Amino acid sequence: MSETANHAGQPTSGGAEIDEKTRRDFLIWSTVAVGAAGTALAVWPFIDQMNPAADTLALASTEVDISQIEVGQSITVIWRGKPVFIRHRTPEEISAAETVNLAELPDPQADTARVQKPEWLIMVGVCTHLGCIPLGQKQGDTKGDFGGWFCPCHGSHYDTSGRIRKGPAPTNLPVPSYEFTSDTSVLIG
Amino acid sequence: MSGTSNFQSNSRVVNWIEHRLPIFSFLDSQLHQYPTPKNLNYFWNFGSLAGIVLVIMIVSGITLAMHYTPHVDMAFGSVERIMRDVNGGWLIRYIHMNGASMFFIVVYIHMFRGLYYGSYKAPREILWMIGVFILLAMMATAFMGYVLPWGQMSFWGATVITNLFSAIPLVGEWIVTLLWGGFVVDNPTLNRFFSLHYLLPFVIVGLVFLHLWALHMHHSNNPTGVEIKDEKQDTIPFHPYYTIKDLYGLGIMLIFFAFFIFFAPNYFGHPDNYIMADPLVTPPHIVPEWYFLPFYAILRAFTSDYWVYQVISLGGVLMSAKLAGVIAMFASILVLLFLPWLDRSRVRSAKYRPMYRFFFWVFAIDCLILGWVGGQAPEGILVTIGQWTTFWYFFHIIIIVPLVGILERPKPLPDSIAASVTQAAE
Repeated sequence: MSETANHAGQPTSGGAEIDEKTRRDFLIWSTVAVGAAGTALAVWPFIDQMNPAADTLALASTEVDISQIEVGQSITVIWRGKPVFIRHRTPEEISAAETVNLAELPDPQADTARVQKPEWLIMVGVCTHLGCIPLGQKQGDTKGDFGGWFCPCHGSHYDTSGRIRKGPAPTNLPVPSYEFTSDTSVLIG
Repeated sequence: MSGTSNFQSNSRVVNWIEHRLPIFSFLDSQLHQYPTPKNLNYFWNFGSLAGIVLVIMIVSGITLAMHYTPHVDMAFGSVERIMRDVNGGWLIRYIHMNGASMFFIVVYIHMFRGLYYGSYKAPREILWMIGVFILLAMMATAFMGYVLPWGQMSFWGATVITNLFSAIPLVGEWIVTLLWGGFVVDNPTLNRFFSLHYLLPFVIVGLVFLHLWALHMHHSNNPTGVEIKDEKQDTIPFHPYYTIKDLYGLGIMLIFFAFFIFFAPNYFGHPDNYIMADPLVTPPHIVPEWYFLPFYAILRAFTSDYWVYQVISLGGVLMSAKLAGVIAMFASILVLLFLPWLDRSRVRSAKYRPMYRFFFWVFAIDCLILGWVGGQAPEGILVTIGQWTTFWYFFHIIIIVPLVGILERPKPLPDSIAASVTQAAE
């Protein structure tokens, strides 16, 4: 470094060498820093293009008519491409969900925190383990050990409040944001 | 590349080119005169077989891409059109489908060959590590290719595997959304998988060149594991001796390959993938392709009551069982990168390592059991078997291999490759 630094071919004094070095170091590091920042800025759009596009995000809410769902029936609607389970719960299911000892739950959450009206359970029907759709929506489906839903992929059991009770799933079935726009319709998202 | 070429030509055209780009002498030194140990057995065929299958996959894949439509509404139909209407389309698709299985068969044999004969040891560590990266790239390519027909297994396989990343703390959900380009596996996912499925094979080609470059630095290992000492005594030129042997092996492999293409084209597949993807119905039993089954078994072994999980997570504090399973699955491949340093023995070939040879076969059987368990529903005794074979997989590589290298007393090695042949004859 010190040899090439001396362009004039004169013997370099100690002070000049240090001077040269610090100035060069500054130039090198500032070039590297600017280059790295510029590269990062240029790379970001190429990563961000993989995120959901505007039209994908636009499909963010769904309005559902729930007047035809009898007590004990469920329907599945699609919201953001995901199935949403809407269940008109029976009084037995509601009391089963409300009387559980929260200390026994892997992901403790009171039933009241998961519903706006106790008879209507609305949640995203995607298993929190690895994304399969749990069984339990149709009449003949197996509902698992706790009378709610059962995921056939890796054996997770959900109760009548959609809470994980047994199996590999880490958390309860998530509740989307929703509001009852009238007594017979609900807006999800 | 250590290769001496005494290449000479009388052709003025060849010499004109050679003066500007010495490609003829390069090919001559690397493919013709290239000194190769004279005692290689048929297990040394599988490297060239893998290379040829890669070419078959690229050619058949590029052809299929001319007829395929990467859109959720049309992908399944376009594959059916390839099968029914495109001239010879069924043949090209069956070549590509079964070619993936052939690729993994020959590569797995190639890897176990390396494990048995100690081909990963100095000075071939980087050669081995590039091989591990080739395996990873193959797995990514195969996984994304399986999604393209947009059948039920395509969709749910993609859903389960991409969801693995949600186990990563803090950024997991963000990564999964980024991979999907939405809130579920959907059209953006299919599009990018098609793009990457087309790209990655060429990355593999690049890695294969590095693999061969590293190979040609120190030449092939051989069944004795003894290095080449005297080129004249120990080696023969690659051409014609090994070109003909490789061609013979290729003939056998192609017969095996053709059997599946023509008589059992869906043997390695799953019938559910002939049902179009339905995002609202999960098939009752999701299984990955056969070549992923051992790793899938490792993933599923990690339940919250698995004692290995309890140990590594300090009683469930450090991480969830789901995260532990994901880490273990990736670690099962990445740990192979450290194998050259984990193995303390200076003797390469298991032929002279009685203790290692025993454990090698136990390990091979362990991997087969893992593959079998990975294909079954995780119930009852199978969970326990999967957990113990998972334990053994890591125990073998991390504990047994270093320990055997220290404790074992190897048999005497032959003086040279040539001596091993003459000694055997006596």
